[in-house]
Amino acid sequence: MERINWEESLRYIKKNWQLYVIFLLPAVALTLLFKYVPMGGVLIAFKDYSAFKGIWGSDWVGLKYFQRFIASPDFLRYLLNTLKLSLYGLLWGFPVPILLALILNRMRYEGIKRKIQLLIYLPNFISVIVLCGMVKILLSPVGPINLFFGTSNDFMSMPEAFRTIYIASGIWQGAGWGSILYTASLANSSQELIEAASMDGANIFQQIWHVDLPAIKNVIVIQFILQAGNIMSIGFEKAYALQTDMNIPASEILATYVYKMGLLNGDYGFSTAVGLFNSIINVVLLLVVNKIVSKLNEGQGI
Amino acid sequence: MRSEIRKKTFADRLFYLIGYLLLGMFTFSIIIPIVYVLVASFMDPTVLQNKGISFDFSTWSTDAYKRVFENRMIWVGFKNSLLYSILFTAISVGVSILAAYPMSKKDLVGKKFFNALFIITMFFGGGLVPTYLLISDLNLIDSMWAIVLPNAFNVWNMILARTYYQSIPSELREASAMDGASEVVHFFKIMLPICKPIIAVLALYQFVGMWNAYFDPMIYLNNADMQPLQLVLRSILIQNTPEPGMIADITGMAEMAKLAEVLKYSTIVVSSLPLLIMYPFFQKYFDKGIMVGSIKG
Repeated sequence: MERINWEESLRYIKKNWQLYVIFLLPAVALTLLFKYVPMGGVLIAFKDYSAFKGIWGSDWVGLKYFQRFIASPDFLRYLLNTLKLSLYGLLWGFPVPILLALILNRMRYEGIKRKIQLLIYLPNFISVIVLCGMVKILLSPVGPINLFFGTSNDFMSMPEAFRTIYIASGIWQGAGWGSILYTASLANSSQELIEAASMDGANIFQQIWHVDLPAIKNVIVIQFILQAGNIMSIGFEKAYALQTDMNIPASEILATYVYKMGLLNGDYGFSTAVGLFNSIINVVLLLVVNKIVSKLNEGQGI
Repeated sequence: MRSEIRKKTFADRLFYLIGYLLLGMFTFSIIIPIVYVLVASFMDPTVLQNKGISFDFSTWSTDAYKRVFENRMIWVGFKNSLLYSILFTAISVGVSILAAYPMSKKDLVGKKFFNALFIITMFFGGGLVPTYLLISDLNLIDSMWAIVLPNAFNVWNMILARTYYQSIPSELREASAMDGASEVVHFFKIMLPICKPIIAVLALYQFVGMWNAYFDPMIYLNNADMQPLQLVLRSILIQNTPEPGMIADITGMAEMAKLAEVLKYSTIVVSSLPLLIMYPFFQKYFDKGIMVGSIKG
C-alpha cells in the first residue's frame, strides 16, 4: 500500500492514533533502546574504548582489532570450530525431525501416536544446564556408561568427543520438538492425493516420495534456509556449559571467545570486533543460502 | 482409512518394520536417560557408584531429596525463576501481540517502515559488549529488568501472532467499528478471546525460554540472592560445587563426593519436574499455534 499523498496519510494516522501510540509504541521503544542503540555501539570495534570518554569520545583505531584477530593463530581454529560444530549439527540434525514426522504420519494407532509425541517433545522442556548436567554425569569416568563397559574414559576431557556429544545431545533434545512443524503440515496435506496414489497401486515409499514430501517441501526449504543462515550464530549457552579445560581445542567457538575476551578479560574493542566479524559472516551466509535455495527451488526463497 | 483401500504390499510391510524400529529406538533413547536419572536419584551413593542403579526398592532412599529441599538456595532460585518468568512472559507476550495487531492491517500507514525496523533486528545486532555496556549505562546491572526487558519484544512471536490475526475475517472489525468500538476496545473485547490458542503457545515459549535461560542472568545478576534456578543448578551440576549446606554433615572426602553425585540426580529431578508436568496441558495448542507460523514462514 503505497501512499504518496501526505495529507491522506496524516489523516489516517490521526484517525487511527491508537494503533501507533497504544499498540506499536511499546515494541518500537524496546527495539530502539535495546537493539538499535547497541548496533550503534559496534563502533567500539573501531575504537580504543575508554569508559571515561564513552563510545563517541574514544579514539579511533581503524581496523586494528580485526587485523589482530585475523593475524592470531586462534582465528582459524575458532572459526573452524564454529563452522564444523554447526555444519555437522545441521547435516546430522536436519533430516531427523523430517524422518520422525514421515513415520509418525503413517502411524495408524492414534493413541500410541499421541503418547510417543508427548514423550519425544519432552526433552525440549529440559534446560540447557540440566541437559549438560545429565551429559556430564552420564559420561563421567565413574558414570553409568563407563560402569556398563567396565572402562573409565573421561569423555568430557576429549576434544575429539566434544562435537559428537554436542550434536547427539542436540538431536536428543530437539529432534522430537522439531518434528511438530512437519507433522502439522503433513496433517494438512491432501488426503485425497494419498488415496488416489494408493488406488494407483503406489506403495508407501512411493506415496511418501510423490505425495508427502512435495506437501512439506516448502516448510523444509524455509527451515533449511533459517537454520543454514544461523550457522554462525550457534548458541553460546550449550557450548559454554559443555566446555572443560581439556576439550577447549574443539569446544572454543567464536561466541564463547567473544564472552571470555569481552566480559572476563575486559578487552571490549577486540571482543566487539570478533562479534561483528561473526555477525557479518552470518548475514552474508543467510543471503547466499537464500539465493542458492531459491535458484534450486524455482525462484522461491524467503 | 487408506489401509482398507488396497492390500498391504511387501514394500508397505517393510516401511512399517523400518519405521517402527527407528521410532522405537528414538523413543527409547529419550526414555532411558530420563528413567535412569529418576531411579539414580533414589539410590544409596555407595551402591550407585559401585553397581549402578538397581530396582531393589528396599535400598532406595529419599535422603537426597531431603537434602535438596532443605537447601535454601534451591528455594531462592525457584522463587526468582518464577518471578522472572511470569513477569517476562506477561510483558513479552503483551508487547508482541499488541504490536502484531496494527501490523496485521493491510492499510496501515508506515507498515513497511515498521516491518523493516523489526526484521533487521532478527538478523543483525550489536553483539555482547555493546549490549552489556548499554545495560550498565542504564544502571540495570543486578536488576531483574536487565534480563526481562531487552528481549521482551520478540519479532518472531509478533509474526506468529500477526499471521494468526490475518486468518480472522476482517468483517469482524468492520462490524465492531459500525457499533462505534475503538481499536483498543475491539482488540481486548473481540480479538483476544479468539486468539487464545496462539497466546497460550507464545506464553509457553516465553515462560520456558526464561525459566531455562542462564546466559543473561549469569552476566547481569551477580548478587547470589537474585540468581534464578538455572544459575544455582549450574554451580551444582556444571561447576561441581554442591551448595555447602547440602553435604555439611558428611565427613570424609570420598563420602562427600559420592553424595554430591546423587545430589545431582535429585536436583535435576526437582528442578525439571515443574515444566515437565506443566507441558502436557499445553499440547492441544501446539499443532494449532505452530501451524500458524509455518504458513507464511
